[in-house]
Amino acid sequence: MAEPRSRGNRISGRRTLADFKVYSRGYVRNRVGLFFGLIFPVILILIFGAIFSGTSSGTVTVYVQNQDIGPFLSPEMNIASQFVDALNRSGTVTVVMVPTSEDMTRYLANHSSSDGVIIPAGFSADYLAAQPINVTVYGNPSSSTSSIVSGTVSGVANYLNLQRFGGSSVIGIEQATVNAQQTKYIDFLIPGLIGFSILVSPMFSLVNISSEYKKTKLFKQLSLTPLNKMEWLTSKVMWYIVLSTVSFILMVIVGVALFGAHITLTPWIIPFLVLGPTLFAAMGMLVGTVSKNPETAGVVGNIVTFPMMFLAGTFFPISIMPDWLQSIAHVLPLYYVIEGLNNVMVYDNVPGALLDMAVVAVLTLIFFVAAVRLFKWRED
Amino acid sequence: MMPIDVRDLRKHYGEVKAVDGISFTVKEGEVFGLLGPNGAGKTTTIEVLEGLRKKDGGEAYVLGLDPWDDGYDLHNRIGVIPQEFNFFEKITPQEAIIYYASLFGVKVDADEILKAVLLEDSGKTLFENLSGGQKQKTGLALSLVNSPDLLFLDEPTTGLDPNARRAIWDVIKGLKAQGKTIILTTHYLDEAQQLSDRVAIMNHGHIVALGTVEDIIGQHGSGERLEIQGSEKLADFIRTSTGLEVESNGDVISILLTHKNDALAALEAAERSNMEWGDIRTRRDSLDDVFVKLVRGEVDESGEVIGGDRNG
Repeated sequence: MAEPRSRGNRISGRRTLADFKVYSRGYVRNRVGLFFGLIFPVILILIFGAIFSGTSSGTVTVYVQNQDIGPFLSPEMNIASQFVDALNRSGTVTVVMVPTSEDMTRYLANHSSSDGVIIPAGFSADYLAAQPINVTVYGNPSSSTSSIVSGTVSGVANYLNLQRFGGSSVIGIEQATVNAQQTKYIDFLIPGLIGFSILVSPMFSLVNISSEYKKTKLFKQLSLTPLNKMEWLTSKVMWYIVLSTVSFILMVIVGVALFGAHITLTPWIIPFLVLGPTLFAAMGMLVGTVSKNPETAGVVGNIVTFPMMFLAGTFFPISIMPDWLQSIAHVLPLYYVIEGLNNVMVYDNVPGALLDMAVVAVLTLIFFVAAVRLFKWRED
Repeated sequence: MMPIDVRDLRKHYGEVKAVDGISFTVKEGEVFGLLGPNGAGKTTTIEVLEGLRKKDGGEAYVLGLDPWDDGYDLHNRIGVIPQEFNFFEKITPQEAIIYYASLFGVKVDADEILKAVLLEDSGKTLFENLSGGQKQKTGLALSLVNSPDLLFLDEPTTGLDPNARRAIWDVIKGLKAQGKTIILTTHYLDEAQQLSDRVAIMNHGHIVALGTVEDIIGQHGSGERLEIQGSEKLADFIRTSTGLEVESNGDVISILLTHKNDALAALEAAERSNMEWGDIRTRRDSLDDVFVKLVRGEVDESGEVIGGDRNG
């Protein structure tokens, strides 16, 4: 039975703000909520940032043993050292020199690495005399770092070969930076975890309070005041937008200060910080409303939340997942929030972000209307 | 216009007829008690009147309004404490009053309201740390924020210790003195007797008795009785020699007095019998006696019928 019209539709700013004030004050007084809302996502950044900070995709460590110790008549004749410098300048590898006294195979094993280069004795002299000479590249065919190393080494070798015969490159490579190529894991992690916090706090809180208030008759109590359910939900949404924004600021500070994350701060982030919490607050309320009791609501809430928590690109970019998992990710609302955040914060891809924003906006509208429609202050 | 006017009100939950055709009115400035065991239909009745539940049949007008259809307007004019009043854990009574004042759009003096419900010492304690009685007083305080003339108190003292209960009674008496109309449900007979001008006793969705406590006792009680300590043999002697209605229960003889002289006749017969007899006293049925008779059982602390035939 529909409720009387006078009850649901008018929104009073005074009542919404009064409810917002009471709810936010209560939230801040509850340390557990504050921990999960603000501190927990930052802890996740610290943990995941620390775990993966070593494998930023830009640099592969390569161990180089230079056995060519001269003698050289002039520094220009030390081709071996030019070779090492060229490797260093490539930007794709970080050179670590290995003393000539070490056995390369054992040294690599001791350093848990498979990537090494040996420049043999007499390398410079042979080069200058145009005698064929080989550098040895150690590598593991199954490791992606090894192909980076061998590619880099052959590039340097070709360059030196050309120089030796006075040739010049016809096809040059202009150094252009494609953002995606430079991004590090932490850069994905920050939008991912912002998405995580946009999802988790509003979702779990609204599932919990909308089922708990029903059980403890708090909704009944509130229905005896002029506050209506639209105002009630709006004030909750407002609070979770504030919370998500504070959480966003904390995560960006930690990510940039501690892990040197490269992220773009643009006003395009704001729609996601507003729509995201609205969407998940409405979803949480819907779950709490349709569930008979808080226990069922908790279970249903988890079923809805957990796939999004892990598969929507929160902790890992979804491009590393198999195709079938990626298809699942595409039906998760959080995916579009996180993809949108990635588009604006990492790729500067505003058109892409607009599409995500449109998807999120439509979903938000649907869930918000459904939640307000199905949710009842009173029983028939 | 009566503040509350109920005619043949009905509310069903599936097959269960929670309220099965009740009628009553509450006058202005009156404290009206709805008395009955758990499951009698008290809370359903009061929730229909508060506009929290939709009636299935009959008529109910509260301040001239239909409680369900005009609930929004009604709620501005009434004060309510639902059963087992509960509120946000992390709010103090004082903050709660200010919150309600902003919701109703009224200006109130929070301290004055706290004082009116004897809660001035706990105004700044978080709700979760309040005692049961203090929580209930917070509910009372909130029900007063919009200065209603009509108050609904659903089991306001259930589960409270005797001191807390008496404190709530004092508050309710104070509200009555201010001329507020109050409808109160309870399963405590002493509470109904202490506070109510009139009571309705409910059982199985029906009103089984309605009126002042005196009226109900007069109507449903068995009248004045003389009780004499004595044997069953003495009881038989008195019965045969006076022709009065005499019952014997262990060593207490109970004689129904229809006329004042019946007491004298009974005592004279006892004296004549030359048998042993001890203490004498007269007693009238109390509300308890009438209640036990009407609901066919006693009601325990939590409102459950004990020792009776509930489905009778």
